[in-house]
Amino acid sequence: MKTLRNPLERAINHGSAGSGVHHWWAQRFSAILLVPLTLWLVWTLAVLAGADYAAARDWIASPWNASMAVLLAGSTFYHARLGMQVVIEDYVHQRALEVTLQILVAAAALLGAIVSMIAILKVAFAG
Amino acid sequence: METNQRPLSPHLQVYRPQWTSVLSILHRISGVLLSVGTVLMVAWLVALAQGEQAYQSMIGFMSAPLVLVALVGWTLALFYHLLNGIRHLLWDTGTMLELKPARASGWMVVFLAFVLTAIVWGGLL
Repeated sequence: MKTLRNPLERAINHGSAGSGVHHWWAQRFSAILLVPLTLWLVWTLAVLAGADYAAARDWIASPWNASMAVLLAGSTFYHARLGMQVVIEDYVHQRALEVTLQILVAAAALLGAIVSMIAILKVAFAG
Repeated sequence: METNQRPLSPHLQVYRPQWTSVLSILHRISGVLLSVGTVLMVAWLVALAQGEQAYQSMIGFMSAPLVLVALVGWTLALFYHLLNGIRHLLWDTGTMLELKPARASGWMVVFLAFVLTAIVWGGLL
């Protein structure tokens, strides 16, 4: 397609000239947060293996563990959404399907984060 | 600018799979599997919040043989994605990008992922 517009004019505010690196940084930032949070998750699984209901509730209800769980849920679903987004961008070439999947994944990630956090807070506030 | 006449990069299928490229696609596959696996995490949290009965049936579900196999696979995917993610973060700083350290760190990541999975499930079962 021939155009008289300057290539720079066409690039500014689109893709990497505007917000392109934001996605990259957001993915790395959430990845770094998830390193200690995943270690906390593994530790939690080790503590809760074979524990009964009361012990599991007590563990999640402690302010420290509840905070870690909320942080883990938030960064997990954010990171998962960013990752799934690029996977869909790379492999789904039919535009309508791609946009539909992007919306579904974003909605599912948001829902997952909210439901997890409300469940954690319910346990935490009930004591 | 003629954009449809530009040369295409060769399609993925013409490349012979290499250790580093296999690990790269495994990072994506494990990421997708982990995303799907979050459903279990949410279900566990909801069951915990709902009460003892819901929690017991969730534990019962998670003890089914097929679900146990999925959980072991999920643990392996988690450790692989965690360790290989750290490998990617190191690459982002511009270090260990040469062929030799890239291949060696790949072997280390796979080895450690299996060892950590074995330790976790060895302790659990």
